[in-house]
Amino acid sequence: MATQWQLMWWKFKKHYMALVGVIMLSLLVFLSVFAEFLSPEVPSGRNNSYLASGPMGIHFFDADWNFHLRPFVYSRTTERDPVTLRKLAIVDESVLWPIEFFAKGDSYKFWGLFETNVHLFQANSGFVHLFGTDSLGRDVFSRTLYATRISLSVGLVGVTFAFILGAIIGGIAGYFGGLVDNVIMRVIEFIRSIPTLPLWLALSAALPREWSSLQVYLAITVILAMVGWTHLARTVRSKLLALREEDFTVAARLSGCTDMRIILRHLLPAFMSYMIVDVTIAFPEILLAETSLSFLGLGLREPAESWGVLLFAAQNVRSISHMPWLLIPGLFIVIAVLAFNFVGDGMRDAADPYSK
Amino acid sequence: MIRFVLSRFVYMVLTMAAVSVVAFVLIQLPPGDFADSYANKRQQAGAPITTEELDNMRHQLGIDRPWYVQYGSWVSAMVLEGDMGYSWEWRRPVADVIGDRLPLTLALAFTTLFLMYLIAIPIGIYSAVRQYSITDHIFSTLGYVGLATPNFLLALILMYLGQKWFGQSVGGLFSPEYQDAPWSWGRVVNLIEHLWVPVIVLGTSGTAYLIRTVRASTLDELDKMYVMAARAGGLSPMRLLLKYPVRMALNPIVATLGWRLTYVISGAPIVGVVMSLPDTGPLFLHALLNQDMYLAGGMVLIYCAFTIIGTFISDLLLILVDPRIRMQGAS
Repeated sequence: MATQWQLMWWKFKKHYMALVGVIMLSLLVFLSVFAEFLSPEVPSGRNNSYLASGPMGIHFFDADWNFHLRPFVYSRTTERDPVTLRKLAIVDESVLWPIEFFAKGDSYKFWGLFETNVHLFQANSGFVHLFGTDSLGRDVFSRTLYATRISLSVGLVGVTFAFILGAIIGGIAGYFGGLVDNVIMRVIEFIRSIPTLPLWLALSAALPREWSSLQVYLAITVILAMVGWTHLARTVRSKLLALREEDFTVAARLSGCTDMRIILRHLLPAFMSYMIVDVTIAFPEILLAETSLSFLGLGLREPAESWGVLLFAAQNVRSISHMPWLLIPGLFIVIAVLAFNFVGDGMRDAADPYSK
Repeated sequence: MIRFVLSRFVYMVLTMAAVSVVAFVLIQLPPGDFADSYANKRQQAGAPITTEELDNMRHQLGIDRPWYVQYGSWVSAMVLEGDMGYSWEWRRPVADVIGDRLPLTLALAFTTLFLMYLIAIPIGIYSAVRQYSITDHIFSTLGYVGLATPNFLLALILMYLGQKWFGQSVGGLFSPEYQDAPWSWGRVVNLIEHLWVPVIVLGTSGTAYLIRTVRASTLDELDKMYVMAARAGGLSPMRLLLKYPVRMALNPIVATLGWRLTYVISGAPIVGVVMSLPDTGPLFLHALLNQDMYLAGGMVLIYCAFTIIGTFISDLLLILVDPRIRMQGAS
């Protein structure tokens, strides 16, 4: 006989888009876990001969249509614009910079544990910037990978906080019922009637400026969770209230189970799936919120980089029209949120495998 | 019904009171106060002020009193005289500063809200009736992308495209010649010409969400027995659709109007900042960064007030739409 989780998995599998979402998420997680190794540069590294310049395409065929097994980028030479005196990078198609794999570059500490200088790819005869560089000459591709790690982890930590808060408060409301329930529900309604972004902005403006980026990071996740828990609490409460009256709960109570055993053994497994669905839905909300805060300069700040921090550089029309590639991190946000929404939809249908 | 309205009204007033406390606490939260940040500025400018001057300034501004006294005088002045305090940054009463910019925020929010419903409801119903058709798939895909794109990113992309294709800046709400002109017919037209970009930015994800909700709730209703009964009774398809399932499906849409308003108001500051609109968004952000306490507090309060009033209105609309509530004595 199939277990509850097996039934769910079968139902989830039928959701084509949800599976696509899972694959996209796994990719993002992979990118963020191995960010240091996958990125050719360290995020703070500056390339003074390639400032504020566009993405460099990777080629297999050179200008004369000769095939190269080893991919390459065209070399760049620096010239000064005669009018504005700004440095310009000019594509030189006669010289090729081959891409080397597992090449040595700047040294970094992998996961902060051991030091190494091996990167997945490098162009040691020159440089390679897949997504271009920002106005300081920092590699947008590398920075985006590092930002993926921070942004996803903010979401993860924030959702965990929200999950704990929601489970406890919703549990109390659903279990005790009556006055306690009433008060908690009014408070939740009240919190939900406050527009979130102004609230988040006001709260993060309250953080002391001199805090380290780690402190700000933790504080921001707590702030995001403080608004995010209400949805979870409502789910937990309504499920608890409904399940309390179910036959199997009554049966368990009659056969002399303790309250704790009823909650952990009988009730929790029954609404766990609903909580997971809610978490999947809460995740992109927190992700978007963090991005918006950082984008306005009230969330994370450099040297911590998240997608929002990277987009902070693209805040005005002038910089976007000069360097549209600074918007690439935004694409990652869209992909991540899309993936979570797909997975969430699939999970919502699978959460109750016994329905038609 | 009257009891229902009354109870919602009392609830609205209570929520407003609670919100005013929250707004005040929020503003008190930042370490240091306006005097500190003023002293900091002077320090950086190379003209530090003495501790005595600082204390004087605090006393003058009344920020050396305990918080509940400050709160009391803030609220009573606001309720009794419509005086929301004084903006130290702008050196003008808060009510005036906000009053200058609020109409634009409101125009933006309500235009967006109106268009959101106008577009979403027909599309949602159509997608439900023609489920799994090509149109349905197209709108679902658009909806997914719309939901996943943060407002400000959409604003940036539109601004970039506007710059590239039309060679003009799509930021702001007026062309330069109308910037400081008095209100006239031309200025209104100019405003409408500029308003569509922020409206798209603010409304896209909300519209996407609404389409999904309308589609889902219409689909739920279409399967019900009474629809089949009505169809068997020979009612014309269009009439049947509009009279029964759609009417039922609109209930949750109307009931959440307050939340939609919250949503639009929430998004407004960030869009205002990105597109440098002369509305309340940049004002609010600036006030927060400079700890211009009464201005920031006033803004939080106003943002909240609109959503609370919006919820109240959606409760009232629900009475109109849903006879079950209308017939019932109290809820």
